[in-house]
Amino acid sequence: MCLSAAAQYAPLWPLAVYFVAVVILVGAMLVLSHALGERRRGRLTSVPYESGVVGTGSARLHFDVKFYMVAMFFVIFDMEAVFVFAWAVSAREAGWAGYIEMFIFISILLAALFYLWRLGALEWGTSMKIRRKIEPL
Amino acid sequence: MVPVTWYIALSAVLFMIGAAGVLTRRNVIVVLMSIELMLNSVNINFMAFSYMLGDMTGQIFTVFTITVAAAEVAVALGILIALVRSNKTFNVDEIDALKG
Amino acid sequence: MNSEVAAFFSPGDFLAILPEMVIAGMACLLLLVDIAVPRTKKCVVPALAVLSVAVAAWFSYELAGSGVSAFSGMFVLDGYSDFFKLIFYIVAVFAILVSLRYIRTEEIDLGEYYVLLLFSLSGMMIMASGTDLLTIYLGLELASLPVYALVGFLQKSRKSNEAAMKYIILGAFSSAILLYGISLIYGLTGTTQLAAISAALVTGDVNGPLFTLAVIMLVAGFGFKVAGFPFHMWAPDAYEGAPTPITAFMAAGPKAAAFAVIMRVFLEGLYPAYDSWQMAIAAVAVGSMVVGNITAILQTSIKRMLAFSSVGHAGYALLGLVAGSEEGMASVMFYLFVYAFMNLGIFGIVIMMRKDSQSGDQISHYTGLGKSNRLTALAMLIFLFSLAGIPPTAGFIAKFYVFMALINKGMVGLAVIAALMSAVAAYYYIRIVMLMYMREPEKEFALASSRGLLCVLIIALAAVVALGVYPGYFIDLARYAAFPL
Repeated sequence: MCLSAAAQYAPLWPLAVYFVAVVILVGAMLVLSHALGERRRGRLTSVPYESGVVGTGSARLHFDVKFYMVAMFFVIFDMEAVFVFAWAVSAREAGWAGYIEMFIFISILLAALFYLWRLGALEWGTSMKIRRKIEPL
Repeated sequence: MVPVTWYIALSAVLFMIGAAGVLTRRNVIVVLMSIELMLNSVNINFMAFSYMLGDMTGQIFTVFTITVAAAEVAVALGILIALVRSNKTFNVDEIDALKG
Repeated sequence: MNSEVAAFFSPGDFLAILPEMVIAGMACLLLLVDIAVPRTKKCVVPALAVLSVAVAAWFSYELAGSGVSAFSGMFVLDGYSDFFKLIFYIVAVFAILVSLRYIRTEEIDLGEYYVLLLFSLSGMMIMASGTDLLTIYLGLELASLPVYALVGFLQKSRKSNEAAMKYIILGAFSSAILLYGISLIYGLTGTTQLAAISAALVTGDVNGPLFTLAVIMLVAGFGFKVAGFPFHMWAPDAYEGAPTPITAFMAAGPKAAAFAVIMRVFLEGLYPAYDSWQMAIAAVAVGSMVVGNITAILQTSIKRMLAFSSVGHAGYALLGLVAGSEEGMASVMFYLFVYAFMNLGIFGIVIMMRKDSQSGDQISHYTGLGKSNRLTALAMLIFLFSLAGIPPTAGFIAKFYVFMALINKGMVGLAVIAALMSAVAAYYYIRIVMLMYMREPEKEFALASSRGLLCVLIIALAAVVALGVYPGYFIDLARYAAFPL
């Protein structure tokens, strides 16, 4: 195991050559096409070609709070899957006690899901009923 | 094989970066991200110790920490949305209706 | 079936967590009930919430004293956990009762309010019974997360949102610190079970800088949860911004739960390393008493004043932990029991002062209350005397037992500082009494009393007086409930 550094890295030289060749080739393509190519500045040059979508406005706009709700539901329910997976790989060993525990766990999740559904948090498009009106006494 | 001390050092550095972020940053979102960094440094610690000790407890702890962190962030962002609606700012320096 | 894995839990273990399952299950169910029932029958939700607490309390009573250790030593049913659960049940029921009218006045009359209270209660119960750092951590988060949301429940109030934001950021920050400490303890001892940690500390040589760091992080993390100096910054803001019943709940419930956990961790898990944490806790205790009581003098808002006073009270209770004896543990348990009553009582009166445009948040709002509303002022007087620790109220007895525990361990210096700080505290409590009785009222008082609120006030008043005159039974109960060191 007393290879010198040079001998250790010797098998890598074709890779290095390949890497350098790629850089040169791609660089040459870009530079040459930029230098030799014909350029035109028309009204529609910067518009996406045919099937593309025309961009409007800047990307720095406020997103609807609905997106936050969806993201949050995803994070919460997605994370709960961790426990289901952990149970799934050891379901046989965990036995009936594990089954009962998982049943309770899933029922809690279902209760939460049902609550969100009835609250209207899962509805897209229509305005959400989350801020229910509270009648004063 | 990477020695365990490296993982511990990494987690200590991450924890420090996170703590510094919580204490110095003014944007609530960045503060929450810093807290997330601190929690993840704890996870690295748990995994490294679990690997070192050959014990599963650390891994189980990590799974729970990740889930709780998700719940915590969900509540924090919910509160943040309510706060932005009433305050129109993300900057903790401008949140000053309560002195203290 | 693999017998090794099966040994981890058996269906019988579910019996041990029956009270917790009742509370958590009912919380889930109430979430659905709240949606199903029509708006006119909304009182069903708080009624069911109180009922479920009663059922859980009955199960706890039936299971009391069984000493069962369930889920491979992660969860225990001993006298200690039963005593704390008793405090939590009382606090939860009181918090529900004082909220009934308040949340209608504030127009936040949503069923979720009670659901969140129940979830927090179940978290507190798990904290009291947890004997593994994992269960303790999960209980802690389950108790805190709903409270974060409840603090921000006044959605239209800027103060409330802000308080919730500050509270959750500092709460999450402290959880991260606590977790880092737990991870270091796990790395050093190879376990998260308190009994095993204790055994590892006795046999192994783990006293190093890393262990000291772990202890400091645990002290800091728990210090945040009980609002001890210098980790108390969130308390005044969160207490002021939160809906008043939630302030009362936070100061009595989650705080007592945090103390339950602190005593369990430090006196069961880290007791062999008593020398390495005693000084740190003593420093937090003295700092809390000094800073809490002196800053309280400067406050004009009564909720902020009570927040700082609760920082001071956390300092007194921590002293019982510093004593590191069974007597000290029992004195802390009795202190928290008494504190729950006097705290809910005084906040009950603050809630009563909230009507229409009258807020009752400022100390000056109580000017001349003694002239126009004799009984209310008398009740407030007794609660204030109890908080100040003036005999013959329960607050005096509670402080007295903490001091006794200290003196019996030869820590006279700490006892003297604590007594001096009680004198400082008496100043700002008595100041309110003077304001109520010595000045003429500026305007008529409108009191928002309701049956639930009156019920709480009468019980709290009776308890504060009775525990002051005849504390013997509950002192013995706390002594009996304290786990052996």
